[in-house]
Amino acid sequence: MGYTLNFNLIWRHFDKLWGGLLLSLELAVISIAIGIVIGLVLAVWYVSAGRVVRSIIAAYVEFIRNVPLILLVYLVFYGLPTVVDIAYSAPTSFVATLSLYSGAYLVEVFRSGLEAVPRGQLDAGKAIGLTPWQRLIHVRLPTMLRITLPALSNTFLSLFKDTSVASVISVPELTYGAQWINFNTFRIVEVYLVTTAMYLVTGYVLLFGLRLVERRFRAAR
Amino acid sequence: MLGQIIYALPFLAEGFAVTLWVSLLVVVLSLIAGVVLGVGLVYGPAPVRWAVRIFSDTIRGIPILVLIFFVYYGLPAVGIHLQSFWAAVLALTLFKTAQVVEYLRGAVGSIPKGQSEAAMAIGLTFRQRLAYVIFPQAFRRFLPPWINGVTDAVKGSALVSLLGITDLMQAINQVIGRTYEAMPLYILGALVYFAVNYALSLASRRLEQRFAFIRE
Repeated sequence: MGYTLNFNLIWRHFDKLWGGLLLSLELAVISIAIGIVIGLVLAVWYVSAGRVVRSIIAAYVEFIRNVPLILLVYLVFYGLPTVVDIAYSAPTSFVATLSLYSGAYLVEVFRSGLEAVPRGQLDAGKAIGLTPWQRLIHVRLPTMLRITLPALSNTFLSLFKDTSVASVISVPELTYGAQWINFNTFRIVEVYLVTTAMYLVTGYVLLFGLRLVERRFRAAR
Repeated sequence: MLGQIIYALPFLAEGFAVTLWVSLLVVVLSLIAGVVLGVGLVYGPAPVRWAVRIFSDTIRGIPILVLIFFVYYGLPAVGIHLQSFWAAVLALTLFKTAQVVEYLRGAVGSIPKGQSEAAMAIGLTFRQRLAYVIFPQAFRRFLPPWINGVTDAVKGSALVSLLGITDLMQAINQVIGRTYEAMPLYILGALVYFAVNYALSLASRRLEQRFAFIRE
């Protein structure tokens, strides 16, 4: 033992951690926004589609859910550009990966949400003469979103933590900042203590905020 | 291209064996630790309950990657020297233990209080109550999410590649470094992980269906 904690160097380089945290949040927010679009479109498509489309969507969901995120990140960043003629920066590549990743989890969330919308509501919509499209926009989706809100905030929280994987392709988010300080100052224990605290505090603040939103929009029982 | 990949297959298989070995160790060790801590969380005195709660909420609140780096780089700094393999196993086990604690709490919590009270009324000791009344019933609630969570251990094990351990992920990266065949190798790796994890999630789903008809 005999390790003396000294946080001075951490505070000197704190901008690496703070900037990293902001970037982590940014990556998580953009990814879940795109993931929600992917999830919504595919879930609505899934419940009304035939067998072939269903199996394709299911294959996408199962593939993403059963492969490590780090492999997907490498695949998109290092693999894809070797076969397709596109170039993108590491952050863009990571956002693309995390969007596809969250999309797969959200298809499942939204699909079960759509199925949980009470039949009577849809019948009521039909009875007042709404078209199928109006029923979807004004009846099904709003109710479904209320039902799925808790699952949605959980997905967002785990995406926020998953952004740490972006460090493997040198995206300067929070974990990358922690590693930078680790390798450059060797105040190892201190930097990971501070980083842990930053992830925890941010996570719980987000959780608290999202729970407030959930309470505001809780599905009527 | 194909020839190079076939040439690399034995090397990749060795990496895959490391992936399976890490996952197995993590799953077994976390099961033991998680059940012990979980019982502490549900039945322990207040200080134990608090300690387990803080442990679990902290571990589940940070990325596994941070936990892995913390253990790997942090332990030598305070004078504890572990091989990188065991540091990785320790970090992943801590992470998985927190999950097992929550599965156990949920499973035990789902058993009606009357069961415990009835067991107390016929004079069973605490251990007998757990062994004959609570655990057999909680087991079927515990098993499906736990098996499903084994996929997290397999997926999480890919992060040990960052500590220079030659698991499947690292083996793939090394072969790509030699052959520059990035896409086929990443897809091959993805399919291997998929095969293992999909089998596990199917098993979990079947168990859930099998236990679904049992109702209190």
